[in-house]
Amino acid sequence: MNRDNDKGKVLINRSLILGAAQFLFLIVIIFRLYYLQVYQADKYKTLADENRISTRLLVPPRGVIYDRHQEMLATNRQNFQVMIVAEQTPNVQETLDAFKKIMPLSAEEEQKIKKDLKKNRSFVPIKIKDNLTWEEVSKIQLNAPDLPGIIIDEGLSRYYPLGEKTAHVVGYVSSVSENDVKDDPLLEVPGFKIGKAGIEKLYEKKLRGKGGNLKLEVNAYGRVMKEIERIDGIPGEKVDLSLDARLQTKAYDLFGEESGAAILLNVHTGEILAFVSIPAYDPNLLTQGLSSTEWKELNSNEKNPMVNKALAGQYSPGSTFKMVVALAALESGAITPQTRSFCAGKMFLGSHAFHCWKKEGHGYLDVVQALQHSCDIFFYETAQKLGINKISEMARRFGMGEKINIGLENEKPGLLPTTEWKRRRFGEPWQQGESLISGIGQGYILTTPIQLATMTARIANGGYEVVPTFEKFGLENKPEVKKMSLSPLHIELVKQGMFDVINVPGGTAFGSRFDFHGQKMAGKTGTTQVRRITMKERQSGIIRQEDLPWKFRNHALFVGYAPHDNPRYAVAVLVEHGRGGSSVAAPIGSKLLLEALKLDATSQPVE
Amino acid sequence: MYKFYETGFKSQTLSLKEKFQGLSFAYILFIVMLAAIGVTMLYSAANGSWRPWALNQLIRFGLGFAVMIGLAMINVRIFMRYAYVFYFIVLILLIVVEVTGHIGMGAQRWINLGFIKLKPSALMKIALVLALARYFHSSSLQSIESTRGIIIPVLMVLFPAFLVMTQPDLGTALMLLFSAGAIFFAVGVQLWKFGVVLLGAIITMPIAWHFLHDYQQNRVLTFLNPERDPLGAGYHIIQSKIALGSGGVFGKGFLKGTQSHLNFLPEKHTDFIFTMLSEEFGLIGAVAVVIINFLIIAYSFSFALKSSSYFGKLLAIGLATNYFLYVSINMAMVLGLIPVVGIPLPLISYGGTVILSVMAGFGIILSVNINRNINIGKD
Repeated sequence: MNRDNDKGKVLINRSLILGAAQFLFLIVIIFRLYYLQVYQADKYKTLADENRISTRLLVPPRGVIYDRHQEMLATNRQNFQVMIVAEQTPNVQETLDAFKKIMPLSAEEEQKIKKDLKKNRSFVPIKIKDNLTWEEVSKIQLNAPDLPGIIIDEGLSRYYPLGEKTAHVVGYVSSVSENDVKDDPLLEVPGFKIGKAGIEKLYEKKLRGKGGNLKLEVNAYGRVMKEIERIDGIPGEKVDLSLDARLQTKAYDLFGEESGAAILLNVHTGEILAFVSIPAYDPNLLTQGLSSTEWKELNSNEKNPMVNKALAGQYSPGSTFKMVVALAALESGAITPQTRSFCAGKMFLGSHAFHCWKKEGHGYLDVVQALQHSCDIFFYETAQKLGINKISEMARRFGMGEKINIGLENEKPGLLPTTEWKRRRFGEPWQQGESLISGIGQGYILTTPIQLATMTARIANGGYEVVPTFEKFGLENKPEVKKMSLSPLHIELVKQGMFDVINVPGGTAFGSRFDFHGQKMAGKTGTTQVRRITMKERQSGIIRQEDLPWKFRNHALFVGYAPHDNPRYAVAVLVEHGRGGSSVAAPIGSKLLLEALKLDATSQPVE
Repeated sequence: MYKFYETGFKSQTLSLKEKFQGLSFAYILFIVMLAAIGVTMLYSAANGSWRPWALNQLIRFGLGFAVMIGLAMINVRIFMRYAYVFYFIVLILLIVVEVTGHIGMGAQRWINLGFIKLKPSALMKIALVLALARYFHSSSLQSIESTRGIIIPVLMVLFPAFLVMTQPDLGTALMLLFSAGAIFFAVGVQLWKFGVVLLGAIITMPIAWHFLHDYQQNRVLTFLNPERDPLGAGYHIIQSKIALGSGGVFGKGFLKGTQSHLNFLPEKHTDFIFTMLSEEFGLIGAVAVVIINFLIIAYSFSFALKSSSYFGKLLAIGLATNYFLYVSINMAMVLGLIPVVGIPLPLISYGGTVILSVMAGFGIILSVNINRNINIGKD
């Protein structure tokens, strides 16, 4: 009985303890709730927002690149992509099979699509093909009922209307690579492309614009539920180039199958109107991305389509260098306008024979005639009197021997040798014979086509230090151009020589002359050997250029300006292994100058 | 011996009307409130739709409500009489599940009765309390305090707990052990015996560890360090805390919980429904639910104390503790206080068996209250 009472009491006591324990536990729960929902609420609110808000960058449209007449050189084109969304089709394989009947897919492509489908969630669109044509788009849309899950998406892709014709100026855009500086979050956007060469690279920042922000609410699987906020970016700025698309096209087309470079400048402002390096690559293909075999092919082509020969090609200037030698000689007094030399076809320095290109010789010539006939003996003798240092000094004043810094990549400085340079470079003294061959633009001297164009423009404008540029100048922002301290008479003599080259019978480019409403051009040809002619060959007869393999043929050069009376345009043409300056390079230069004059005539009222 | 007390009452049995009047309407109101909150949350969990959960839950609650009232109308002596029978039937069902489960396709925890999938382990929670209440009602304090006297009830606990553990359902097995432990404590088993069991448990822990399934080991490890597997098992705890914390004091609003509706919160209609509630209704909503649950438990205890029979007292305390364990384990779990063990929040989480077993428990507690003045003999 007592024990039973005790049993009941124990139960009541213990139950009260149990109840109190349970009460305490619920208090703990409430404290925990308070801790999480009040004390740590801010932290968890941030985490919840990080979960649900996905911020995406909005890619701004890239700036358009125009020529001087608002012709588009680089623009953005609608790019149609066909995609598949797995969750919208009952059977992915069936849809793909049906699609293949409309547009064939390679096994490789199909495998990649399936891999992407597996990797991504079923609502993520997977790209099947891009850069669809209109016909392809309409074909797919026509068959839409048989293609569940297939959608067509529009994006913007870079397009170069002139393709390879402007490739070496405008450059191209391509996917961001590991080596690119990631200074902008836009670069992390999949599929984003940046300028990799040319103006696209030079003005990358300006063309790119500023990315916008899109805040989206996403669920745990990454599906977009709604748009929260959209801040539009700033579109890329346009770029106006000095180029004239018509002259650019003309220059490119004039080369035909030949390889080389041509530059056409405004002699007063330095504005580049045409700038080609041939052959070129198709920037539209590079923008889409090339396969590794296509890359290899481009880079192993013996005509180097990826190299910008106008800036990065260093060549002996050959006879186009003779104006600089003549000016150096006249300015230093080594020769006078009246100085005459006798050309017998060859001359000797010690026991070594130096040949004129004309075996039988030119007889007596003054400096103007020497330029007209491109007599080598005259310039050997002149260079001998002058010495290499004065030649190089004058060449430097005309823009050679260092980079012009036009802004495009891989520009080369060329080379102007001096006695000091040779001692440093080879530890040997300068040889007089080396001065002689420098007098005809051979030997150590190397120039780039853009430097030759600069030289020609500075001669044509009467000795003003214009600098080539892709910048377009208006009336209000004409560049300031310094005048070089040269005797106007000496420049006139050189120009006379260049005029005679074209317009006087016997001139080396007489065949390329034109008379457009009284406007004539002046110029100078050049032909440089890429192989040594041996004594034996000289005796047995020099092998005809046509019989040599392409890469052993001579380089052909031409520099010129027009109109002679009031120069506006200067041109430099290099045809790699083009055999002869007169026969191959001069006609190209002549036609390009004539085209420039003709276009001038159409854009300006005739007086 | 007891005649003295019995003469104090007109009758040992009450009429149906008397019984009905004896129902605690406040108690029922709390239960209905929780169920209503549950249905509301299930409506939200389905992004504002009655399907697939809210409507089903409502029907099940209706069924459970009928079961509760039905059981409340039964004389507490009947529970006493059939306690062991019921216990053995459920035990046999557990064995059947165990056997068919092994023959069938892996782990199976229920018997399909067509209209409902019956979980014997849920029934066992009630059956064990009934059986232990009857056992301790009939034994003396002397026997309870002796070691021999508690061997039989210990076996009554361990056998079903072991069966449930091997299903495998660690959560339910632990609940059986805990609610049995609470009953042992309530009847007066000496504390040092609990100490011995605890010590034994600690010693055998490394051995038991090897018997745990990989996913169970992972749950424990993940609880100890949620960051070790932030996308796997730890994901649940991390996302649950983010949902809760981001709810703040006032919550994000009905149907506006971002963690829940954007699917960052897993199992939001079952085990993690309290998280969702806390996200949408904030600290205020969460504390309200805790308070209602506290009231249900407090009322149950007061019914127990008012009951004149030892059996009734123990029955109410056991069943109330059982309910408390559900609530506290679930809440502690979603709050990151204990490992994720897969215990739902009764009346609010979606799930038929839990509702039925909990409502049955409430029915029995109501019956204890209605029959509080009825004495029960020692056998």
